[in-house]
Parts: sequence; structure tokens; C-alpha cells
Amino acid sequence: MTAMLEIRNLHARVEGREILKGVSLTVNKGEVHAIMGQNGSGKSTLANVLAGRPDYQITEGEVLFEGRDLLAMVPEDRAREGLFLAFQYPVEIPGVNNIYFLKAALNAIRKHRGEEELDAMEFLGLAREKMKLVELGEEFMSRPVNEGFSGGEKKRNEIFQMAVLDPKLAVLDETDSGLDIDALRIVAMGVNQLRSEEHAVVVITHYQRLLDYLVPDFVHVLHDGRIVKSGGKELALALEKNGYGWVEEELALAASAPQELPANHG
Amino acid sequence: MVETNIARTSLDQFAAMARSVGGSDPEWLGNLRKRALDRFLELGFPTTRQEAWRFTNVAAIARTGFTIGSLESDFDLALLERGALEDAYRLVFVNGLVAPALSESALPAGLELASLAASRDDEDVRKHLGQHADWTESSFAALNTALVHDGAFLRLAAGTRLQKPVNLVFITTGNDGPIMANVRNLIVAGESSELHVVETYLTAGEAPNFTNVVTEVVVRRNATVEHASMQLESDQAFHVATIQAQQDRDSHYQSRSFSIGAALARYDINVTLAGEGSGCVLDGLYLARGRQHVDHHTLIDHATPHTDSQEFYKGVLDGTSHGVFDGKIMVRKDAQKTNSGQVNRNLLLSETAVIDTKPQLEIYADDVKCTHGSTIGQLDEQVLFYMRSRGIAVADARELMIYAFASEVVQRVKIPALRKQLSELLLRRLPLELAGGVSE
Repeated sequence: MTAMLEIRNLHARVEGREILKGVSLTVNKGEVHAIMGQNGSGKSTLANVLAGRPDYQITEGEVLFEGRDLLAMVPEDRAREGLFLAFQYPVEIPGVNNIYFLKAALNAIRKHRGEEELDAMEFLGLAREKMKLVELGEEFMSRPVNEGFSGGEKKRNEIFQMAVLDPKLAVLDETDSGLDIDALRIVAMGVNQLRSEEHAVVVITHYQRLLDYLVPDFVHVLHDGRIVKSGGKELALALEKNGYGWVEEELALAASAPQELPANHG
Repeated sequence: MVETNIARTSLDQFAAMARSVGGSDPEWLGNLRKRALDRFLELGFPTTRQEAWRFTNVAAIARTGFTIGSLESDFDLALLERGALEDAYRLVFVNGLVAPALSESALPAGLELASLAASRDDEDVRKHLGQHADWTESSFAALNTALVHDGAFLRLAAGTRLQKPVNLVFITTGNDGPIMANVRNLIVAGESSELHVVETYLTAGEAPNFTNVVTEVVVRRNATVEHASMQLESDQAFHVATIQAQQDRDSHYQSRSFSIGAALARYDINVTLAGEGSGCVLDGLYLARGRQHVDHHTLIDHATPHTDSQEFYKGVLDGTSHGVFDGKIMVRKDAQKTNSGQVNRNLLLSETAVIDTKPQLEIYADDVKCTHGSTIGQLDEQVLFYMRSRGIAVADARELMIYAFASEVVQRVKIPALRKQLSELLLRRLPLELAGGVSE
């Protein structure tokens, strides 16, 4: 079976500085992966590189999305192929209505897939249904995208967009940061709705808290631009309880005893 | 010197025009014309050595040999249907002369909408014409006054509120070479009346015609006037406009300038808040591309206490176009409790487009609140990426952002038909696949 997402030895630079130093990760259909790590470990860079942020420079490695070269696609084609990034800091777009923006996005994606575009009424029906999920009032629909939204409203709007666009692979970049428990619950519910045999989710987070509501199949620790440890959900609990210190200690130990590393490592 | 010779010849050419139109003047008008002509000949055309004209070179106007246009009918009437406002009381001028056949004849009670040439014996015309727009310091206002002949005389009776807006349409043709249309408008809004009026400027054909317009607006006590200009002339045209609004107590005046066409467009928009409790809004949107040059100079004179002004100008500049915004706020010594805000935002779409923006505050009172700010920027790359990450193509995302930027000014228009026309015009200029996806 072809993996949904296959990242191989990915290196990336931001403003001339190497941030990703060889990330490898495989995500299959139906899986939820959590990527955890401290500030500066490269979590957000990874998310933005996957979405195709133009000013981030790939220097080495490859990324396959359903077996196809993701890095060769422009950002809009990645979205149309079924990749969605929930932004850590969603952008305000003054003068563009939320509902029209999303309708334009959905129809661009549908057109790409060879599906019929939705008219205003059909779209509104779909939007209303998904809006309930994230507990956003209808007044948000007629407001400019994210303009004047609170932090929590912006994050819920990301989840709302995700629910409407129905991506194959959703990447959530610290969507839980700065949220109160209610907002967190809503975000987790939105993601759980997406969870199915056909979808995959990558949750990038700093905190274990979100994972109480959204149980991952795999947890990875990103450190200094590399995934240094992978495990099940118990890894997240260990990180929450003991911090990241022990991971670093393990790494230091491994570095001082290179002969103990498996032969194929690095 | 060669340059002086050219200037002299062209001044003489305009002086000859003035003598030709002044044949049947009543005495007061003859005197005004003569004084204005003398002043124009003294001033000559402005040069870039003058501060107010530093960025705007009008040598091309001085150099082009214009003739005074006549009432032509040899143009495609579809132009009028495309450019004029839907569902309005319409008065049409061709080459500066009234065209009754193209104009509305049935007018509601309280509205007088007539040719200025036919209204020169009116008491208000005698009283106001040339009394507000200062022609002693402005070459183009002096020239316009020296050549004064036709234009619109619009008077709304006290307490009147119209069901429809008024649309003054000015078309130039240029079948026999470049012509000059000298347009003079006088608008008098009676006490507690409410007027919505749009001046629309169109060109039939591609000749480099020159429209020189002066509009004087008298806003009486407690009256409200929304006064828009839609400049849709050809990309070869020269457009010079002077607007002077004179406001009585508790009156409200809204100026909206939409500058789309013309090779060179220059606007001097001046408002005098002469009565306590009066307020004005000055909005503008200029879209320039290719080698277009568009210059707005505004002056708001807070002459009495408790007056309010809000100014909101936006520009979108592409190609090697050049925009100029110079907004002056004057607060006189007695004008305590003045409240004034000014914003000028510019979007540069190319490396070679230029904007010169300059706010000027002259404040002689001490209890006032004045704010101003100007920005110059490119399309926000983060917004662009965000839109693309949702599947919207980069070209569509760009256009949607430009549309959103410009439509902020359009949404402030109170006349629905003008708002609609502007929205459609923006979408035509930005051929958006997303046209259906943008809110009005």
C-alpha cells in the first residue's frame, strides 16, 4: 500500500538557517500522528514546508503524497490534492467574506477533482452543517476572514475550513496553543469527525493536553530538526510528566556511545 | 527661448478661445471673465517648480493644440449606457455643451437641473459663480473661469429629498483632433435638503481630449450632499478638476473621487467648513496602470468650531504609473473642538509604480483632535500563501486581494447604483474567476 505521506531525509532552510536537518516520517491512511517538540525544534517549519510556503527553501530530501512528489507542487495544487494546513497564526484578510472565501476555495478544489461546483445555496447548506460542529455563529460567515476574531475563534475557523474542505491529510500546527478547555474540546471534536479509514491527521503540538481528547496512534519527538524518538501515545504522557529533558539526556548518551547505535542509523 | 515661445503661443490660443465664447455676456459675467483671463495670462500654466505641482507635469496640456469642441452627436450611444448611472435624473453634456436630447426632461418637484449657459440670469448663479473656487491662485480654475460657458446648474429646494440620484454626464468626442471641454458646474443644496449627485466623465474614441472642470457646491444649513466623480475617460485624455464645497451650519458634505481613466488626472478638492457643526467626508479611489498619472490635492479648511472631517483615500498602482496624494488639513484659530482624521493607503503592484503621499496639518487652534496616516505596500505574501493553501490559484488570490483592498472605498458609497457600477468595473478590470465569490 502506498503511504499517504512519506517524508524522506528532509532538510530545509529558513532565512539562510538550516531548521530541518533530515526528517523522515511515514503516515498511512487512517492514522493520527502527533509531533511534539520544544520551541525551535522545527515543528512549524515542517508544517509550512508541507503546505508549500514559498520562502522556505528545501535543500535535501523528498516528500511523497500518495506516491507523488509533493515538493514539486505549488501550494494551491497541494490543497487541491487533499492536503490541509491549519495555521498556527491564521491570517486576517480584510475585505473578503469568510463564506465567499471558503466557497471559492471549495469550488477550486472540487473543480480540480472533476466534481461539479457548488452553488450558493448548496454551499450554504454544507457550511451550516459544519459550523455547528465548531460552534461558530452564523455572523462569522459574513465577516471578513479572521478579521477581529479572537485567538480561539481563529483556531475554530481553521477547523471549520478543514471540515468543509474535507482534506485527505490534515496538518494541525499548534492549533491547541492558547486555547481554553472549551475551545480545545471543540477543536478535538472537529478533528475526530475527520478521523476515518480514508483520512490521516498530523497534529503538531507543544502540549500533551490536546491528546487527552484526540488520541494519536503514534507520537514523535522532533528535536533540532530531526525526529529523535517515536512511540505510541504513552510517549506523549511521559513527555508531559517528565518534560523533554530525558529525551535530550538519552540523545547525549547515544552520542557518547556511537557503537551502540544500529548500523543503519543516520 | 523656445520653451517660452511654446508657452506664449498656447496661452494666446486659450485667450482667443476666451474671447470667442464671451460674445453675449451680461456685464457681471463679462467682468468676471476678463479678470479671470488676465489672471490666467499672468499665472500661465503651473510648472514642477511650484510646490503644488512638483510631481505633476502639465507641459503636455500646454503643448497640445486643442480646439473648443462643439455639440457632436456622432458617437456610439452605447458608451452612454455603459458609463452613465442607471436610474438617475440625467443631464448629458457633449464636449462641454448641454445635449438635451440625451437628457432627462421630467424632473420632480424641488429639483432644478439645467444648463448653466441657459441659467446665467439666475440670482444664485450671479451670486455664487466664481465666488467659491479660487481662480486667483489656480491657473486651471482661472482658465476655466475665463472660458466659462456651459455646465450644469443644479439646485435642490429646501427640505427636498429625491428618490433617485442626479447624474451629470460629460462626454468628449474628438473626431477632428483633440478638443477641450471647459465644464463649469454650480450645485446649490437648499436648507435641510438631501442630494446625491454623480459626475461621470467619458471619452468617445481615443483622442487626447482635455477636460477642465470646476464644480462649486453650496451646501446650505443642515443639508446633506453626497457628491461623487466617476472619471472613466480614455487612457489618452487629460482631466483637470477643481471642486470647491462651501458648507453652512450643521451641513454634511461627502466627496467621492473615483479616478480610473485619463493619461493625466489632477484633482483639487477643497472644502470650507464655514458653519459650526458642519462635517465632511472625502473619499477617493485611484486605479492607475501603464503610464497613467493621477494626482489628488485636497484641502479641508476648518474655519469654525465643532467641525468634523474624515478623509479616506486608497490607490492601486501598477505598471509605471505615478500617484500623488497631498492632503492638507487647516484648522483655524477659532476652530476649537475640531475633529479630523485622514488615511491614505496605497498598493503598489509593480516595482516601477510610484506614489508620492504627503499629509499636511496646519493647526492654529489648541483644543483639536487630528490624526493622519499613510501606508504604501505590496500585496501581503502571508495572505497570498494562506489563500493558496486553501486551493485558490495564485492569480485569483492576487486579484481577490486587490478587489478587497479597493472595495473598501466602494462600500462607503451611499448610492446603490454607483456602488454596483464600481463593483462591476473592478471585476472587469480584474478578470476574476471568483467574481461570484465576492461580496458586494
